[in-house]
Amino acid sequence: MFRRLPERKASVTIEIDGEPVSTAPGDSVAAAMLAAGIAVFRHAPVDGGLRGPWCAMGVCFECLVEIDGEPNRQACMTPVREGLRVARRTDGSEPGR
Amino acid sequence: MSVDLVIVGAGPAGMAAAVEAAEHGLSVTVLDDQPEPGGQIYRGIERAGPELTAILGEEYEAGRELAADFRSARIDYLPNSAVWRLDAGARIAFSREGSASTVSARRVLIATGAMERPMPIPGAERPGVMGAGAAQVLLKASGLVPAGRIVLAGSGPLLLLVGCQLLDAGAEVAAVLETTAGGDYLDAAPTLPRALAGWRDLARGVAMKRRLRRAGVAFRSGVRGLAATGQSVRFDGGEIACDLLLLHEGVVPQTHLSRQAGLAHRWRPEQRHWAPVADALGRTAEETLLVAGDAGGIAGARAASLSGRVAARLAAGVDPGRLIAALDRERAMRPLLDRLFRPHTALPADEALVCRCESVTAGDIRQAVRDGAMGPNQLKAFARVGMGPCQGRMCGLAAAEVIASERGLPVEEVGSFRIRPPVKPVTLGELASMEGEAADAEAL
Repeated sequence: MFRRLPERKASVTIEIDGEPVSTAPGDSVAAAMLAAGIAVFRHAPVDGGLRGPWCAMGVCFECLVEIDGEPNRQACMTPVREGLRVARRTDGSEPGR
Repeated sequence: MSVDLVIVGAGPAGMAAAVEAAEHGLSVTVLDDQPEPGGQIYRGIERAGPELTAILGEEYEAGRELAADFRSARIDYLPNSAVWRLDAGARIAFSREGSASTVSARRVLIATGAMERPMPIPGAERPGVMGAGAAQVLLKASGLVPAGRIVLAGSGPLLLLVGCQLLDAGAEVAAVLETTAGGDYLDAAPTLPRALAGWRDLARGVAMKRRLRRAGVAFRSGVRGLAATGQSVRFDGGEIACDLLLLHEGVVPQTHLSRQAGLAHRWRPEQRHWAPVADALGRTAEETLLVAGDAGGIAGARAASLSGRVAARLAAGVDPGRLIAALDRERAMRPLLDRLFRPHTALPADEALVCRCESVTAGDIRQAVRDGAMGPNQLKAFARVGMGPCQGRMCGLAAAEVIASERGLPVEEVGSFRIRPPVKPVTLGELASMEGEAADAEAL
């Protein structure tokens, strides 16, 4: 659903739901996930609906994922770094509430 | 820690203010929630290669020099900092890399910029629907170009700009659905006298629309009844299949911090948003708090950097001089654009999610009003609107509009959410990391 301009070279590997994903330095976790073809980031805690990023700039809190074991992190506000681990919460639960 | 000036935000206003203030000998700390300077307008400018700058054009490229000046200025720049409390006494609490701190200043410049106005049409929360500005951010920051068929819907100059940029990036833009008749005025623009303030922006709008049409993009104006299905966009009288629907209804000031600090805010009826009450130079009712850039009212990047420099000079006790006239000229462009791209006032349909965090529809809000919710703050108790992680950023404006229309009152009488600290989520671990005076209960 997204492709990358050729001038952006992937050189960082992160892990999304246990799978290695190659991504570019300077990416946010949200950009890395979208570039990897992931559109659904979570299920909404109240109605269970599928959600993904809306604003890409830290406002909407729709891109919440678990990052390095910490739940409810904003994927769009977290820069990628080698070995970072992302887990989606797509089972409808929202830890910590 | 105490400094002369703390600047919140490293977009054009914040960067220009930091450079100017440092030149006048002030000690400056800049707190910004992004990893790099530039704000949203110049997002990723330091890493942008020739391919990207060819797509984004010279207005984007203009940010490169400012970012370079900012990097070489004698300032304390703290990227990745989420500011979650601002007191009128000019004390700021923020989180950075897992721990929280406070900083005090003689003055604080609020340069938190703008955000896209949320556009609550039915289905807008589905994956495959985003802000047009969000698509532009992904392009700027990561060189991402949407694959598949794209439809843009809404109004405002950015809608056309993003359409053109995506075309230049090789994307397939199928249609532009304009909710206003505003775009039609662009067709008449070449006949307007060139002396008219804002003519240049209008001419750009005309050129963009022509470019899109030539590329075979379908246009519809005055579109009503928009709804996203995830695979298509529906509207009164039609449906277009698309892989990505980009919505845009203009940008609005980010006011959470200025509100939380206790500043008064004024409703701007021409653009249907709130802005902190400040004079033309960015001075507020609190001597310690200044506002610059789009956080004080939408005027664009050039005006933002000028207003940042003006605020920095005020903080340094230096006469802003000719900067004021330049700023006035820049702002004089806005009234025409504001009229042309006035956000349409169609209210969200009953089934549209207004509060995404708590999954509350416009219909739920209307019911709450019938049950006795008089304003946005009572709506929290009735329906939990605005009580999720986004803290009302996504629903505040639309919820107030719905209440106002149900009650037959102007929005300014209905009011807005009261914003309390922390304005960004803070973990207990971050709070526990605070030391000394900062850790006393009063800081929270």
